[in-house]
Amino acid sequence: MNNSASRALIPLGIFLVLAALLFYGLRLDPRKVPSPLVDKPAPSFTLQSLKDPGQTLTKDILLGKVSLVNVWASWCPSCRQEHGELMRIARENDVQVIGFNWKDTRPEALQMLRQYGDPYSTTLFDPDNQAGIDWGVYGAPETFVVDGEGIIRHKRIGPIDRAVWESEILPVVEQYRAK
Amino acid sequence: MMPINNPRLFSGALLAGALALSTAHAYTLEEFTFEDPARTDEFRTLIGELRCLVCQNESLAGSQAGVAQDLRKEVYRMMREGQSRQEVVDFLVARYGDFVLYEPPIKPSTYILWFGPFILVGVGGFLLFRTLQRKKAEPEEDLSEADRVRLQQLLAKTGDHQD
Repeated sequence: MNNSASRALIPLGIFLVLAALLFYGLRLDPRKVPSPLVDKPAPSFTLQSLKDPGQTLTKDILLGKVSLVNVWASWCPSCRQEHGELMRIARENDVQVIGFNWKDTRPEALQMLRQYGDPYSTTLFDPDNQAGIDWGVYGAPETFVVDGEGIIRHKRIGPIDRAVWESEILPVVEQYRAK
Repeated sequence: MMPINNPRLFSGALLAGALALSTAHAYTLEEFTFEDPARTDEFRTLIGELRCLVCQNESLAGSQAGVAQDLRKEVYRMMREGQSRQEVVDFLVARYGDFVLYEPPIKPSTYILWFGPFILVGVGGFLLFRTLQRKKAEPEEDLSEADRVRLQQLLAKTGDHQD
């Protein structure tokens, strides 16, 4: 009797495990696709500077300092949403914030920086998704943390706010700044 | 800052925008042709098997998303240069991960995906078989001799008993 009672609990147990897994699955965001580039050297690029078309920028600008490479565009509402937080990060932290203007036009991009401020020490201009494909960019905003040796250490998909900065990005920045 | 604080309005606007775009920029794959028709077929098959990361239920062949268009062009360019299907796939996987493939490769992290269903069928079949075996082994009824006699008497009394 005892044996059959505990046997009757087996389907219930299986059900609970399945329910827990499915419930967990509900909370995952299928848009967040893990990047195969994490812990690999950042792809090299040759792009114009957004602000100075005559200036050519390469991967060298990433070396020697921990950088946030923030993919943004003027047509992207979430980019505007995180803009204020990027301004604060650039102002209050010892981290190099590099803009990666993506699939945008120069006048519109510059207009957005004039209107909302410019958190970027340098901004790469990639209107044709040339370097974007190499970086595996598939949307904006995306933010890469690149260490001083030019290795990608983290990729954030979606906007950054205070909570994301403190719990997700700052720890990575601090870990690699120490080195 | 101009936060959009009416999500309904926002998604409505997005939908309207998407509809407007899809009618304005209907595209065809006609621009992607090769001298060798087999190569054109290969190209179309390949982009049908690659996932657009923006609209995840669409293939690169079917998606209108800007990134999908860029990637179609990139795949086309690589194939024009004579690169093989495998080279194109490796190029995309190196940048976007296995996620670009509708059919994930067989490797340790995907074993459960590929072999899980067969294991489940196997376990289910084994349990079913065992249960049936046990049923057969068990005696049909378990009456004492006295009960059997009483049963015969009861059946005889009802008159339904044919023999």
